[in-house]
Amino acid sequence: MFRKVFHILVSIAVLVAAMSFIAKPHSTFTIHFNNYVGNEILELDSTTYKNALGQTYTVSKFKYYIGNISLKNKNGKEFNSSEYFLVNEEDPPSKQITLANVPDGDYTSISFMLGVDSMHNCSGAQEGALDPINAMFWAWNTGYIFLKMEGKSSLSKSPGNLLEFHIGGYKAPYNCIRTITLTLSKNTIVGDKSASINIKTDLSELFKTPTIIDFSKLSSVTDFHNATTIANNYSDMFSIH
Amino acid sequence: MFRKYFHITLLIALVIVSLAFIGDNKYFTITKDDVKLEFPKDFPKPIYTFKDNTPTPEGFTLGRKLFFDPILSKDSSISCGFCHQRIAAFAHIDHPISHGINGLLGKRNVPPLQNLIWEKEYMWDGGVNNLEVQPISPITNPVEMNEDMEQVIKKLQRNKEYSTMFKLAFGDSMITSQKLLRALAQFTGLMVSSNSRYDKYVRHEDTLSRTELNGLKLFRDNCAQCHKEPLFTDNTYRNVGFAYDTSFKDSGRIRITGDKKDFMKFRVPSLRNIEMTYPYMHDGRFHTLKQVLDHYTNIDASAKGLDPILVKGINLTEGQKTDIIAFLKALTDKTFLYDRRFVDPNFVR
Repeated sequence: MFRKVFHILVSIAVLVAAMSFIAKPHSTFTIHFNNYVGNEILELDSTTYKNALGQTYTVSKFKYYIGNISLKNKNGKEFNSSEYFLVNEEDPPSKQITLANVPDGDYTSISFMLGVDSMHNCSGAQEGALDPINAMFWAWNTGYIFLKMEGKSSLSKSPGNLLEFHIGGYKAPYNCIRTITLTLSKNTIVGDKSASINIKTDLSELFKTPTIIDFSKLSSVTDFHNATTIANNYSDMFSIH
Repeated sequence: MFRKYFHITLLIALVIVSLAFIGDNKYFTITKDDVKLEFPKDFPKPIYTFKDNTPTPEGFTLGRKLFFDPILSKDSSISCGFCHQRIAAFAHIDHPISHGINGLLGKRNVPPLQNLIWEKEYMWDGGVNNLEVQPISPITNPVEMNEDMEQVIKKLQRNKEYSTMFKLAFGDSMITSQKLLRALAQFTGLMVSSNSRYDKYVRHEDTLSRTELNGLKLFRDNCAQCHKEPLFTDNTYRNVGFAYDTSFKDSGRIRITGDKKDFMKFRVPSLRNIEMTYPYMHDGRFHTLKQVLDHYTNIDASAKGLDPILVKGINLTEGQKTDIIAFLKALTDKTFLYDRRFVDPNFVR
């Protein structure tokens, strides 16, 4: 009798242990950043675009830092990643971010930071996406360039009609870090098949709301003192599509 | 006959002995004791704490090699040590401003490298916020080494000696900018000057002359508010009454902060080893300490943005200036200037 009970108890214990392993499965979660200008897919160098004032321009470089990605599920639980990613139009694999070990669940929103937090700007030599070899670093006034857009516009008064927008700065009142929260269009289930979402990054928003940029007046920002205008513009650059 | 043999034997013996001396490179060998983190008792706590970067003999030796190697510049012509000369406490002797790649001139006087781990920011304008990232500025500056970090790493990766040294220093032969910068921080971070005659006087190990002591008293009354002991700087930025120079177009710290109050402000430099670091001021405009003191006693109170401390001016007689200069020379630290750990091994070879 005792023996039988003992056997049952052991079986239950084993089952519970096994279930706790199975109960919290983890999967990968992939975010595709698709760079656009308005409704057109961004093409470097070859395509001419128009800003809100009808001024034409081309784009030769477009890259930005994404960090502190956080996913919220329908119960309000969050999954947080502390990794940094450099999304670079010139390097297609960089436009696909994969988060490993995301607990399976029903996710309703995503938030992330465009930029690099104060700690990583102040604590010495970094590696990975934050390695200064990526040329997203101000050496003379320590800090990361959060977003770099370069191109040309015939209206630009810079040498060579260049457009160069190097946006960064982590200290008030020039803080250009922006946190973006997007509601996932339909609840995204991470599970059996790993989930993926598409984020549209609309470059034209850099020069639109709330401040329309006139390339004949502003064609170059290369330190953080003039960068906040563009940072306020890039807050609404992202959408789920 | 015996005599001849004797002579030959003697000659051979001599050759062997001298060869043994040449082969003996212990002078340049860095030991565990050489990289111990022991700091002067009367100094404050260091700001750069070598977190995740505890110095090792291998890391320090790698940092030394990098510091003296022109490979860090675009055309392999300029090393860190080119402008930072050990005998001048790593300032650039007799250069008001310095010439980098292709003879291009910079805008500011090369600062000495000493007691760096007690600085919260670097450069004359305080634009760099951590010792580890400081070298990126001279390496990438178009008038200094004009190289980009990616190229530096590629060049080092192609070099067999470096892959061995990086492996010894960091346990991994994969060369990255983080390892490069940390090795340099091990080397420069250990440049500590705390054994001048002044230090020994403070520690009751030596005496100062009557002139020097009078100079010390005058210094404490007139200069020490900004050039605070024991580091001889209060780590602030101040406007000492220089007009904006339209050829240099250098407006100082305002470029870093964007704050109008920082117009023409430059860091208060340490005065340690000041005898060796001439010429003086952010643009090297003064050749002698006397000229520096003359500036402070003849300051134009109406200069735009002048530091409030200096508005009343400093009153010193010529004799008093002589005494202060005598004291300042007691800040020369020969232990540091001749420290074998910081000698370029290739220079002697």
